[in-house]
Amino acid sequence: MDALTLTLSTLAKIVFIMVIILTFAPILVWAERRQSAMIQDRIGPVRAGVKIFGYNITLLGLLHPLADALKFIFKEDFVPPKADKFLHAIAPILVVATAILAFAVIPFAEPMYLEHLGQVLPEAAARAGVVIPMQVASINSGILFIFAVAGTGVAGAALAGYASDNKYSLIGGIRAAGQMVSYEVTLGLTIVGCFMVYNTLLLEDMVTWQREHVWGIVAQPVAFILFMTCSIAETKRIPFDIPEGESEIVGGYLTEYSGMKFGMFFMGEFIEVVALAALATTLFFGGYDVPFLTSNGFNVFGMTANLPHVAVVGLQILTFVVKLAVMIWFQLMVRWTLPRFRYDQIMALCWKYILPLSLLNILVTGAIILLLS
Amino acid sequence: MEALHEHIDEDKLELPSEPMRLNMGPSHPAMHGTIRMAMDLDGETIMNVDIQPGYLHRGFEKSCERGTWGQVFPYADRLNYVSPMLNNVGFALAAEKLAGLEVPERGQYYRVVLGELARMADHLTCNGAGAMELGAFTPFLWMLKAREWIWDVLEHETGARMTHSFGRVGGMAAPPTDRFVELVTDLLPQVMGVVDECAGLLLHNRIFLDRLHGIGKLSKARALEMGVTGPMLRSTGVESDVRKDNPYLVYDRLDFEIPVGHQGDNYDRFMVRLEEMRQSCSIIEQCLKQMPTDGPVSIDNPRVTMPEKRNVYTTIEATIAHFKLVMEGIKIAPGEAYGYTEAGNGELGFYLVSDGSGTPYRVRVRPPCWYNLQACREMIIGGMMADIIPTFGSVNMIGGECDR
Repeated sequence: MDALTLTLSTLAKIVFIMVIILTFAPILVWAERRQSAMIQDRIGPVRAGVKIFGYNITLLGLLHPLADALKFIFKEDFVPPKADKFLHAIAPILVVATAILAFAVIPFAEPMYLEHLGQVLPEAAARAGVVIPMQVASINSGILFIFAVAGTGVAGAALAGYASDNKYSLIGGIRAAGQMVSYEVTLGLTIVGCFMVYNTLLLEDMVTWQREHVWGIVAQPVAFILFMTCSIAETKRIPFDIPEGESEIVGGYLTEYSGMKFGMFFMGEFIEVVALAALATTLFFGGYDVPFLTSNGFNVFGMTANLPHVAVVGLQILTFVVKLAVMIWFQLMVRWTLPRFRYDQIMALCWKYILPLSLLNILVTGAIILLLS
Repeated sequence: MEALHEHIDEDKLELPSEPMRLNMGPSHPAMHGTIRMAMDLDGETIMNVDIQPGYLHRGFEKSCERGTWGQVFPYADRLNYVSPMLNNVGFALAAEKLAGLEVPERGQYYRVVLGELARMADHLTCNGAGAMELGAFTPFLWMLKAREWIWDVLEHETGARMTHSFGRVGGMAAPPTDRFVELVTDLLPQVMGVVDECAGLLLHNRIFLDRLHGIGKLSKARALEMGVTGPMLRSTGVESDVRKDNPYLVYDRLDFEIPVGHQGDNYDRFMVRLEEMRQSCSIIEQCLKQMPTDGPVSIDNPRVTMPEKRNVYTTIEATIAHFKLVMEGIKIAPGEAYGYTEAGNGELGFYLVSDGSGTPYRVRVRPPCWYNLQACREMIIGGMMADIIPTFGSVNMIGGECDR
């Protein structure tokens, strides 16, 4: 593959990912509001609209995130007089950037063969031409990259709390740092079992394994539950939203943020939700895997229906997005059903329950692998 | 010059740390009412807290001394603005005690029903807000939805959703409307449905229970020492309720129970309020059965009760009675009386002094919140910061009532 193709294809993939993220985040805001409204017997946002030829177009409230964005941009960007201006400004950027970066290694379809797009994909030996892996970057440390990036995100929240010159913010920042660092450790350990089963750290190979065998949720059910718990804690949403804990510390580390800086935290949170949903999909729900769909087309118990390569890839991308949406929806449901933990309870849950359980999961998985081999 | 390190005591080689002074309120997004808390924090633990009420002082008691007895009612509405009807009834009963009046039976039942509806609204608000402070936003909105239904009925009866000003010395402003019984009968199962739904959502939730159990404990002895009343006292295990201990209106004819707790923690307070809503529901049902279908709700005495408006415009007697009542007020014989009722938060007392003119000489309120609030400090100290607002919420301090 020449440099031009590489550059062009990578750019295209980045654009694709950014489009997914940047459309998902506002849709998510809308979904969260509408869904919570339905749960709570309210109507939810439906007013924001555009007047075109006398018709008020509201799209069921979908324009509200847009209105929000406009408001965020035009609002005064207030920085407390004694705040550390540089750190105060850099914190939201850190949060959003790291959240987006995590998508770099997530595969959203099988590698695309440009030469065979219009036909049924031939056997591996007969394949030729340019191959484009359907992920932005295939980094050999794979999932460790995601943890590294997510770990940097902690700094954003902690810095925001520290730089704001506000005691509520400081407490929020400290809580955020404590909680996220603790759950970072556990989050990594919960899926070690998966690494052992899949025998790889590369996300694309994990998906391949799941396509050939079973989905991760069947192979590692305990890991899935632990992982979801930790990932919700990582996104700092209810029941783990103590860093924002609006009832006691106003808005936590967000207290002194306004305008688009707040908007970036806001977006960062939703992008994190999407990112962790994508990770969960890849690790436990076969990523882009469509049941019975092979590289050549559908194969249901011997009955085959061949599909051109481009259709297979398209289907896989679609499936990935649908799975993503389901995982996100699950996280929204949790958000509006549960109350909030207390700080010590969160820490106890992390270190006393989830950590030992994940270690036990590793032990059991190891034993089973040893027995089977 | 000697070396510096010789002076260093090895045992004390720690970073200097001092408690953080954090100011919460008087305007804090989650604080109930305007109240200030200055606290010393050691990490998340509360070492000391100074609760400073008084930011909502509006001079209620003094304001009452400038109008007639009847003009106190709008002020009384604004004491505990979550259950204004109970304040209305409370003040009316105190004034009637002072004047030696007794309201007709139908009026008494009417007062009980409206008052219990207000109590349900009060408890719905308190429990709902308590859940919200723990992050459970959904039950809060469900409970407020139920409160809206109650307010719809109260609006239909009194014309106002919140500040009804519906009580009168010697009765109520108007008799029950034609649809009163029907509306209330329809309302109760709906409200109780919501209450059960919320209880189902919350009380099987481990996170919620862990946040409530053993938090904000108050011992029976301390509660009694500090004059705590109402659901807060009952949560400590004291079976005390003005409606039972000293029945007023028709409470002695009604069959209801006093729910009590064991430990006096947030969980007990939540459960006591939840159960009291069920008891209120039963009280209302009994009242609707026993209530006479017709007859006056107010005393038939032109020196006490306002004449009907259409008579004011057509007859000279009614015009004069109206004029005298509005301009001079009810002439209550000189004396003093303390009337007390069970309001949403406990014993709501009115100590009234009359000098024989139509104007109260003194209206002193015993707000239940004030006494409950003084127990709050001990409940908060030693706990975690995140528990302040839920504990404070379960005390249910209402600024308007506490600061007067």
